[in-house]
Amino acid sequence: MEDTLVVRRKRSLPVRLLMARIEGESIWFRLLVNIILIAACVIALYPALRILAVSLRPHDRLLSTSLAIIPPDATLGNYHSVLFEKDFPLWIWNSLLITISTSIMGLILSATSAYAFSRWRFHGRSGFLIFLLTTQMIPAAMMMVPLYIIAARLGLINTYTGLVLSYSVSSIPFSIWIMKGYYDTIPSSLEEAAMIDGASRMYTLYRIVLPLAAPALAVVFLFNFMNSWNDFLLARIMLQRPAVLTWPLGLQSLQQQFQTQWGAYAAASILISIPVGGLFLFTSKWLVSGLTLGSVKGD
Amino acid sequence: MQSLTSQIITNSLGQVGLTVLALVAGVVLIELLVYLAAGKIFHAKNALVYMLLAPAVIGLALLIVYPIVLELRLAFSNMSLRRFKNPDYGLAQGLDNFKLIFTEPVLKQVMFFPVFLRTILWTGIQVVFHVTLGLGLALLLNRKLLLKGLYKVLLVIPWAIPQVIACLTWRGEFHFEYGFVNILLKAVGIPGVQWKSDPFWNFVAMNITNIWLGVPFMMVICLGALQSIAKEYYEAAKMDGATGWRKLRSISLPLMAPILTPAVILGVIWTFNNFNVPYFINENHLETSDILVTALFRAAFEYNRYGFSAAFAIVIFLILFIFSAFYIRFTGALKSVRG
Repeated sequence: MEDTLVVRRKRSLPVRLLMARIEGESIWFRLLVNIILIAACVIALYPALRILAVSLRPHDRLLSTSLAIIPPDATLGNYHSVLFEKDFPLWIWNSLLITISTSIMGLILSATSAYAFSRWRFHGRSGFLIFLLTTQMIPAAMMMVPLYIIAARLGLINTYTGLVLSYSVSSIPFSIWIMKGYYDTIPSSLEEAAMIDGASRMYTLYRIVLPLAAPALAVVFLFNFMNSWNDFLLARIMLQRPAVLTWPLGLQSLQQQFQTQWGAYAAASILISIPVGGLFLFTSKWLVSGLTLGSVKGD
Repeated sequence: MQSLTSQIITNSLGQVGLTVLALVAGVVLIELLVYLAAGKIFHAKNALVYMLLAPAVIGLALLIVYPIVLELRLAFSNMSLRRFKNPDYGLAQGLDNFKLIFTEPVLKQVMFFPVFLRTILWTGIQVVFHVTLGLGLALLLNRKLLLKGLYKVLLVIPWAIPQVIACLTWRGEFHFEYGFVNILLKAVGIPGVQWKSDPFWNFVAMNITNIWLGVPFMMVICLGALQSIAKEYYEAAKMDGATGWRKLRSISLPLMAPILTPAVILGVIWTFNNFNVPYFINENHLETSDILVTALFRAAFEYNRYGFSAAFAIVIFLILFIFSAFYIRFTGALKSVRG
């Protein structure tokens, strides 16, 4: 008895800390957990840091086998050339214009229908909701041929109109599901009270329900914004003239000239990724809840 | 070079402004017409419902239903770049198209079934990696950690970067001489790999890129699912002397299933339909790296065989449809809709 007590007292502080158990796990195990997580973070982050490294390289040193993140002769020359000598501002302008108008139209087209799905039980309601889910399974590539042919016949190739139309409509099914799910959580007693006071259905929708549904409207706006902002496929088919290109198409054209434009490509990527990635990280909680809502939660 | 001149700005603003105005006016007009028609002429009980639904229904009819109908019609035609204005339609044409898919190369050399099998292999590899790595990281993160917030932000970065940028960057990094992948390989004494021209390694490169891209989503889903499990279960299991593995198998996984299953199904559909990764990583247009959707894109827009591609698209949709039908049947996923 005496001996074991003596041995315990002799252990130094670091050893005791190492032997300590937090939530039933030894320090060694927790150290291992942290090492694995750090390794995973490095893998996740390194390719992104490489873009930064390439974007900071001077023009004559673009092709190098150096792995340093901040090159010794770092310069902002690539950023200057992207912002002032290339089409980059034009691509961003085009993308912003298309994306913002699409997101607004998506809201207008879906907010009222979702309300109908939430508050009324009508013929074909569940069939329609299932149809909306089914459209989400159609591969984007599958719709390209008919959309291209319709656009070509209507003269909408190389116009913003064609893209705005197809983006806003293709966002409807998802938007309706999200909005309906949110309307369902708003008690209809609020509207009934307003209607007893003589308000019409439309008045209660615009003055009571929509303001309450602002978080859902924001999620839908954000989701549609991200989708059309990042879309490559449809834009690739609809837009060919240099003056109307969106940024994914522009970046692709920069990246194709690997030898000469690699630095400009990298600088442009950083300029786009930081605001968009930041917005994403900031809002990812809502995006995730939205993504799984349609499939996890029903009525 | 095109610069952003004030003329371009006014032109584009004008065009987009007109489009949006026309759309809004159209929505209002349609709602009014439907309301009046349903209420005053047919005396329908639910005139308001029809009015609220009308814009979405008409939009979907014009830009989703009509294109699908057009696709069916095109599948029974021989439309191509040369016969864009005056294609022949007919049952024989259609049967011919569908026969061609299975008997002739869908692109230049590659046949349908190898592409189909590759798509299944690709989807299988991706889903296995996404779920195991995502679940693994989530399990590691699901404890008190000093830097937990930082880990979570850093690990989500591949998902936060716009996908086009991620794909183009990885494509650059698979460059034989200047990409970091080969530089790192050489640093540990392995000779560089021809990621872009070798069919096998190009497929590996596609998979590496998409694993990197897809793990964060699964991780976030798994972490959410893990955190929703009540602590009491684990405490009870501890009383009974359960080990970590046993707790995972008997508590975590079964309780995560309701969230994990739809996420996995969604993952399967997304991966099957993933266009960006196979398209961008395959810089040299190797037909041996194409999966069904990229092959479809090339058949349509590089070989300009529109009629054939329409038929091809229908075949791809049927494959997905059968998969989804099985899923719905076995899990009863849509039960909740019938409220």
